[in-house]
Amino acid sequence: MQKRTLLDGQKFQITIKRLCHQLIENHNDFSNTALIGIQPRGSYFADRVKNELSEVLKKSTILKGNLDITFFRDDFRRKDGLVSASSNTIDFIIEGKNIILIDDVLWTGRTIRAAMDALLAYGRPAKVELMVLIDRRFSRQLPIEPNYIGHQVDSLNSQMVRVSWKETEGEDKVILISESNK
Amino acid sequence: MAVEKLSTRHLLGIKDINRNDIELIFETADNFKDVINRPIKRVPSLRDITIANIFFENSTRTKLSFELAEKRLSADVVNFAASSSSVSKGETLIDTVNNILAMKVDMVVMRHPYAGAGQFLSRHIKAQIVNAGDGAHEHPTQALLDAFSIRQKLGDVAGKKVVIVGDILHSRVAISNILCLQKLGAEVMVCGPTTLIPKHIESLGVKVEHNLIKALNWCDVANMLRIQLERQDIKYFPSLREYAMMYGLNKQILDNLDKEIVIMHPGPINRGVEITSDVADSKQSIILEQVENGVAVRMAVLYLLAAQND
Repeated sequence: MQKRTLLDGQKFQITIKRLCHQLIENHNDFSNTALIGIQPRGSYFADRVKNELSEVLKKSTILKGNLDITFFRDDFRRKDGLVSASSNTIDFIIEGKNIILIDDVLWTGRTIRAAMDALLAYGRPAKVELMVLIDRRFSRQLPIEPNYIGHQVDSLNSQMVRVSWKETEGEDKVILISESNK
Repeated sequence: MAVEKLSTRHLLGIKDINRNDIELIFETADNFKDVINRPIKRVPSLRDITIANIFFENSTRTKLSFELAEKRLSADVVNFAASSSSVSKGETLIDTVNNILAMKVDMVVMRHPYAGAGQFLSRHIKAQIVNAGDGAHEHPTQALLDAFSIRQKLGDVAGKKVVIVGDILHSRVAISNILCLQKLGAEVMVCGPTTLIPKHIESLGVKVEHNLIKALNWCDVANMLRIQLERQDIKYFPSLREYAMMYGLNKQILDNLDKEIVIMHPGPINRGVEITSDVADSKQSIILEQVENGVAVRMAVLYLLAAQND
């Protein structure tokens, strides 16, 4: 197994800061914008973005929710076993708001398709944008493109991208894992 | 993310599932409770599944609850009532169900007046079976939603004392409840007139009490069962009035207890017999929560069973 580090240390922090400044350029003071992290791993990323935005904007009331997509997946009954559902925590009205959907890795686009379905069950947002930390471009199975990208990577389908967060895994790091050739 | 599965392909009775299955159903039901409280209450999980609700016995709330659960999971639903079908022309159970399955049905939710009907059917057909009540045998989804409601109200089922009051002899709800609550670590007592308590029920590990006040003083939760007059071929007690006096729960009895207990009833309620209106509508009663939880628990059961339909 071969591992290549895509992001870590200062570069990881700078990437998140840059994404937050891009968000501020388009959403000003976030008075009509909310962050929605896709459960489970996108919610860690969304937490980090929320903290960074709160610090830059000096504002503690940035709306942030977590969205679970389990019941909206299109691979139900096509896989072995079930993926356990996580909870949804969206304690605000999304109707008419600008929503930033946040996930750690964008690969085939199927998760984002499911997330948009799941999101619309809560109401009709004014606009939905997508922010990802890692975009595995050229791997899309659905026509979905992100608005905000932390880092792009060209990868094979057999490879895996793993994102670790300081809060849960002890360090901020993104690695690309390849099965080594025998 | 954990990848989990139920240990069984059908839900025929609580007897056949284990504690992990019950906990997986509860965790999934928690998420479906969230779904049914959203502005849009439907998810697409079962949109390629056809479910037949086959009811050989009358039912209002169980049938409605299953149908709502199926529709909220986006399944295709067909309903079949024996009273208006070829069963009345002499068709057998297997023929009836095989004809329905020939129409490419994936799951069958069945209520039948005879104990073991679901078990029998599961040995003869390929579709998955959910038992919605078989005679006086089992009613697993009712037991699951009852235990789920206790968990929601009291935080946990383990260590709680639950008394089941009334017609234990004819009740499939009682048997499934006893098995489910015990698997989750609760203590169970049954209470009722001697004629309505099955012989040797202690062998299931339950306490027996014939005095309602003593039973209520012991318990955290009282599950008041309906008197099943339709299943009683002989007189088991002198009159409904006498039953209501001996085993009916009223506000005065409740107020005289030195603790606040939770009141449940699987419905339909005979108001003034098992339970008076003021008790049914009191803040200690979780009867309507049971109904709401019924949809979420049935969604969870159907979803988890559908996941293993290979």
